[in-house]
Amino acid sequence: MARRPTGNPNSDTLLDIRNLRIEARVYPPGEQPKTVTLVHDVSLSLKKGKVLGLIGESGAGKSTIGLSSMAYGRGGVRITGGEVVLNGRDILKLGSGGIRAVRGREVCYVAQSAAAAFNPAHKLMDQVVEATLLHGVASRGEAEKRARALFRKLSLPDPDNIGSRYPHQVSGGQLQRVMTAMALCSEPDLIVFDEPTTALDVTTQIDVLAAIKDAIRDTHVAALYITHDLAVVAQVADEIMVLRHGRMVEWGGTRQIIKEPRQEYTNALVSVNEIDHEEHVPKGTPLLSVSEVTAAYGGGAVKVLKNVSVDIHPGQTLAVVGESGSGKSTLARAITGLLPPQQGSVTFDGRRLSSRLADRPKEDLRQLQMIYQMADVAMNPRHTVGTIIGRPLEFYFGMRGRERDARVAELLDKIEMGKGFLDRYPAELSGGQKQRVGIARALAAKPKLIICDEVTSALDPLVANGILKLLLELQQEEKVAYLFITHDLATVRSIADAIAVMYRGEVVRYGPKKQVLTPPFDAYTDLLLSSVPEMEIGWLEKAIAGRRMQSAGN
Amino acid sequence: MLDLKRIPIGAWIGLILTALFLICALFAPWLAPHGNGEVVGDVWAPMSAQNWLGTDNLGRDLLSRMIYGARITIFIAVLATALSFSLGAILGFTAAVVGGWFDTLMSRFVDLLMSIPTLIFGLVVLSVLPSTVATLILVMGLLDSTRVYRLSRAVAVDINVMDFVEAAKLRGEGMGWIIFREILPNALSPLVSELGLRFIYAVLFLSALSFLGLGVQPPDADWGGMVKENKDGIVFGIPAALIPAAAIALLAISVNLVADWVLNRTADLKGGRGNG
Repeated sequence: MARRPTGNPNSDTLLDIRNLRIEARVYPPGEQPKTVTLVHDVSLSLKKGKVLGLIGESGAGKSTIGLSSMAYGRGGVRITGGEVVLNGRDILKLGSGGIRAVRGREVCYVAQSAAAAFNPAHKLMDQVVEATLLHGVASRGEAEKRARALFRKLSLPDPDNIGSRYPHQVSGGQLQRVMTAMALCSEPDLIVFDEPTTALDVTTQIDVLAAIKDAIRDTHVAALYITHDLAVVAQVADEIMVLRHGRMVEWGGTRQIIKEPRQEYTNALVSVNEIDHEEHVPKGTPLLSVSEVTAAYGGGAVKVLKNVSVDIHPGQTLAVVGESGSGKSTLARAITGLLPPQQGSVTFDGRRLSSRLADRPKEDLRQLQMIYQMADVAMNPRHTVGTIIGRPLEFYFGMRGRERDARVAELLDKIEMGKGFLDRYPAELSGGQKQRVGIARALAAKPKLIICDEVTSALDPLVANGILKLLLELQQEEKVAYLFITHDLATVRSIADAIAVMYRGEVVRYGPKKQVLTPPFDAYTDLLLSSVPEMEIGWLEKAIAGRRMQSAGN
Repeated sequence: MLDLKRIPIGAWIGLILTALFLICALFAPWLAPHGNGEVVGDVWAPMSAQNWLGTDNLGRDLLSRMIYGARITIFIAVLATALSFSLGAILGFTAAVVGGWFDTLMSRFVDLLMSIPTLIFGLVVLSVLPSTVATLILVMGLLDSTRVYRLSRAVAVDINVMDFVEAAKLRGEGMGWIIFREILPNALSPLVSELGLRFIYAVLFLSALSFLGLGVQPPDADWGGMVKENKDGIVFGIPAALIPAAAIALLAISVNLVADWVLNRTADLKGGRGNG
């Protein structure tokens, strides 16, 4: 089904994985333990200095395949079949000493969350040169010199001294680049990038992406680039392999995959995020009116919201966009009363809301619900789906017994999940299902406004798309308004009626969707819009060249 | 859900021994061949067909004393543990949820109590108060509750900042729901294993108190008291003091084994159903 993109493997082949099979033993509750196959006979090959993008949803096996190139299986995962030929030998047969000589020397790894991957107790430089010294590639002086050169190449600020900082003293985007420097320091032949930009803001992502791309080009290292974002991988990869459920779907040149995908699934990935949403015209009085709100943490020490004013009209969606630290989530906390604002007022449905949560009547609480970003921590892991959705019914409407169960079933139906999920615990649901349950819990209260805090950013594109469609449908049926907090402009396009762009605690641009997304732009909105990766080869260079300002996180 | 075949051997031993001790405690009057204070023979008679474990310093049947002793020891330890747990956990959870001055006040007060060695504190209080079983339980429970308070507050502070607790607060839920329905189920696994450990500490503490003469008063005796009564015999090579001492050790070990197993079983913090 997929063709080999370039000729037969010859001497300049660096990595050749043949019929890789990876299995794990699972212990499902109440059942016999069983062995599941995570990767089914996947083969790939990579030439020196080339970049192969591995893409797919979560559970597609992309990270598992990536790690197998270091003969590593994460968390009880076993490589049970196939060969991983690196530099002409099968590293699966090397034994633990041999593998240790390969890791950090011939293959290096860049993890998704650099913040979690660095040891907070050691200085960056010590961690960057560790592998180099361990393998005796260079002396400490040489290794540090090399590291500083890499810091400079990756355009880190103050490259001569950044190494003496601790991980918490640099930003997320910088840390990710330091990690790339760490991987490059021992001059390996292959680097595995495991979603290096997924946890970053779009505006930061573009910098990291550019740095990684330059570094790969200049050092002639080969790379496996793992991501679920096709637009990102299109910028750095020479070839792309699409994976699903541990099987290869399609493998081809980057241009072929994004321009003329041959498989239906690839096509779905390419065309995801295209929801046509006609914006509604704001009419009548706004449902929620935030006026001149200023809020701060630490007793007024750190101002995070400065004179923010926005309106939401009944049954419509206001999207609040901005990078992390711009105050979007704080706005939600100020509206819900979790963080009482210092100044300004919040008017809801014609009455002024008490600034403190504890002073609000139950009715106000009912009409204003919230859906969280991380669905798995937003639901009590020890409650069943039935309890989670049923509790608001009991609490606000005093429903009991059969009446409640009927309503829960109705709600489950609304979120396109069946009655069979009633007795499930959150740990037994997929990410998308958890988020749906979160939506049902909010809907159960029959609210007039739901605050959606980054509800799709933890999900795979296809699943997120389903959630957005569901939210739009439910808005039609229930006439509920949304305050939609996100950093993803593609999401905004498909769901918003009005948009507020936030930057460092202030609303820098606010108005109906069409108006906000029509030029002329202010500098920050322009940066945000131009940082959204487009599925187009060469976009990255164009975007970098056309930027008018730096992102706040850089 | 609970697969008997997957219980490790250590846990089996612990479970069986603990069950035996509990049976002794519950059915003491029916199991013991003689009365608790009944003198049946010579002082420190050796083991025989009539007196399986021999007799004690007053000629009472040691086996019967042991069985009644189990009842007293376990009864006091269970009640003291129950008191320390309900008090410590509820106050700890409340301090974590309420925060502010209540938390500071409670935590500093507990620090104050904990800064005094428990045994010395217990000795001073018990020598002042009348020696009844109720006082004993109260003093032991209160002193132990400081430890439980610390643990439950620490666990609850972590859970309290989770989004699901915030969601409950946004919903307008009262303190009762948040403590008992949101936090408690998630704090249960560390607390349950702590329960086992605290129970053992209660047994050891009680034994120490009785050995020092401030615990259970004669003619009743817990195991610690029995060690005290018979300790002089050791000089003459009479093992009567070692038997209750061994029982204390055995109980401690077997409850520990069970607590270990419970901790392993529920250590999976993913929630939902525990793994078999």
